[in-house]
Amino acid sequence: MKSFSRGIHPQDSKERSAAKPIKEALSPRKVILPLQQNLGCPCEPLVKVGDEVSEGEKIADSAAFVSAPIHAPISGRVTEIKYYPNACDYDIPSIVIEATDAVDKVTRPGSRWTLEELAPEQIRKIIREAGLVGLGGAAFPTHVKLAVPKGKTVDTVVVNGCECEPFITSDHRVMVEKAAAIILGARALAKAVGAEKIVVGIESNKLDAYKAVNFEGLKVRGGVSVVQVKTKYPQGGEKMLIKALLDREVPSGGLPSDVGAVVCNVATAAAAAEAVTHGLPLTKRVVTVTGPGIKEPQNLLVKIGTPFAELIEQCGGTVGNVVKLIMGGPMMGIAVPTAQVPVVKATSAILLLTDQEVKVEPEGNCIRCGRCVRSCPIGLTPNFLAEYAKTGNWQGAYDYNVIDCIECGCCGFVCPSRIPLVQYFKLAKNAVRELKLAEKKAVCR
Amino acid sequence: MPINENNLIIQNGPHLRDAADAKSLMRWFAVSLIFPVAAGTFFFGFQALLLVAVTAVSAVAAEAAFQRLAKQKVTIDDGSALITGVLLALVLPPTFPLWMAAVGAVFSVVVVKCLFGGLGFNIFNPALAGRAFLMASWPVAMTLWTRPFDSVTTASPLYLARIGENVPGYLDLFLGNRAGSLGETSILMILLAAAFLVWKKVIDWPAPVAFIGTVFLLSFTLGHDPLFHLLTGGVIFGAVFMVTDYVTVPVTTKGRLIFGFGCGLITVLIRFFGGFPEGVNYSILLMNIMTPVIDKYSRPRIYGEKNAKKS
Repeated sequence: MKSFSRGIHPQDSKERSAAKPIKEALSPRKVILPLQQNLGCPCEPLVKVGDEVSEGEKIADSAAFVSAPIHAPISGRVTEIKYYPNACDYDIPSIVIEATDAVDKVTRPGSRWTLEELAPEQIRKIIREAGLVGLGGAAFPTHVKLAVPKGKTVDTVVVNGCECEPFITSDHRVMVEKAAAIILGARALAKAVGAEKIVVGIESNKLDAYKAVNFEGLKVRGGVSVVQVKTKYPQGGEKMLIKALLDREVPSGGLPSDVGAVVCNVATAAAAAEAVTHGLPLTKRVVTVTGPGIKEPQNLLVKIGTPFAELIEQCGGTVGNVVKLIMGGPMMGIAVPTAQVPVVKATSAILLLTDQEVKVEPEGNCIRCGRCVRSCPIGLTPNFLAEYAKTGNWQGAYDYNVIDCIECGCCGFVCPSRIPLVQYFKLAKNAVRELKLAEKKAVCR
Repeated sequence: MPINENNLIIQNGPHLRDAADAKSLMRWFAVSLIFPVAAGTFFFGFQALLLVAVTAVSAVAAEAAFQRLAKQKVTIDDGSALITGVLLALVLPPTFPLWMAAVGAVFSVVVVKCLFGGLGFNIFNPALAGRAFLMASWPVAMTLWTRPFDSVTTASPLYLARIGENVPGYLDLFLGNRAGSLGETSILMILLAAAFLVWKKVIDWPAPVAFIGTVFLLSFTLGHDPLFHLLTGGVIFGAVFMVTDYVTVPVTTKGRLIFGFGCGLITVLIRFFGGFPEGVNYSILLMNIMTPVIDKYSRPRIYGEKNAKKS
């Protein structure tokens, strides 16, 4: 079965929620919408306190290219525009909307189209206006990916159905229940970038998802292949998946389009289909609420902006002593300080871990066991990088390619000395970028 | 039950860790040493067990004393000093004087490990450096070999082979019924320990396989009996317990292969062309010196790395 080099095999823990159909969560009375929910630039509000907004209305946007607008997930009144805690820790205000009892009306940014009547440029515009970002967790604006730089051609759209993070099953359920939308969305994206081929990669631990997507893929005569890939972390990393499916390597510092590929997550593809065929903006997404700390794990279809606490309550509340509340999975997820943080576009899961699983252990000396080296999917030597980061040897960190680190956390997972390797690398990457910027300036002078 | 937000830990991912931690790895390694210790005790009697106890206690006590005096955190609970002590006894002649062994253990832990910064920072394998130190200090006691069961003084099989005398048969060599260091004689028990360590995922194959393979192929090529050269001396013992020492060998798979090959090459050179009948000890110490440079040049290829070399 296709895969990449090295990586790790953590327990996937998906059995808690894998078989549970997507259930619509109760519509929240109040939503909190941070003005930045994507990589890139934050939005400016288009509404002010006191304004009435209707579901689907665009309420914030930005003139910057790498950005995505935000739409009202519920109809109601804007009550506040101020800072609220958010999982990404962007220091940025949120728009708060409180539901009014007026009858919900849905605003559509566009109308219903069929794929055939749309030109590539139109598709890109629809997707931008729908506020689409990568729903796998990185939240990179989708329309930016679709704007292929001049001089490069994209021949393949890679659809990422790996969901390699343990515990999370939201993509899994989307694949089982919305396979047709995924294929349609992928075709829209392919048309937007002028790619002839669509390859969907699904980890081998999701056979029902593979069958469902493959069934829909076969309906499209030619151009779509659905492939099972090895269940291994981080198979869903963009670079790892391109290697596995296309046997191409994204150059260090480059983008997938450098090797003729655009990668999008299955949920993003499904959302793209809704935007294109129904004119629906991105205002809800599937979130897996799971972990040993939750009574009844579920896959919920959630309005963006819903506070975590409401969803935890709808899953029967917590069990045991919850010590980590995580947005995302256990490998790359973000630990949040309060259950009041809202679901954002990037929230694939809410994971509750108790004191039974989470052990706070002091960092020990590196014993040079080499496990990190054997786990790194990029081929880095994390033990040396950590040493450089600790001693502030940024040039050393640069020479040993710290910039190529994808922060997947394999090294930190296997490290027997419990060294917080990813944390060191984040530090080192920032320092290296500054160092290189300073060098560049020095040369220019 | 509601979430108590004061209990929430804010930490970078990964939020879950592999079950194996440094202490458990050390614990399993220590457990595996029971096999050769049992074999040594069976063949060479109670005095062998006593020797193990003396070096183990000396090593742990030396580390505790040094760290206390240096006002460092006492880390004897990590198990590394205990392992060093036991390993040292296993590479000594079974009748080696206890006080000399204690001196060796103190040297291993204090000079070879603690002075270099403690666990993870030593350049040389502490037990082997301790053995080399004892060899230089008391060469006669260090080469006084005895027969199993009756402790009659005899020569080691490698020495017998060198002067053309009769050597024990393969079965005796395999089971451990021959003169030699306390823990190195019973290949059977060492292989059992190796199986245990592989099962517990404590050691990996590249360095041991490269080491053993190199000795086998080179002995054969140079016209010696390759099986004899694996079953005698410390090749198997070194392959299982010494070239698998995390701290003093390279971290990459490629590096460990090179390391194992180097150990095999030097062992064979010493055995066939050098002044000593046995060369495992020095081969590993010499390769320990090479570890940083092997590490530097054996790093894996980086995903997506351009062909042009980075400055």
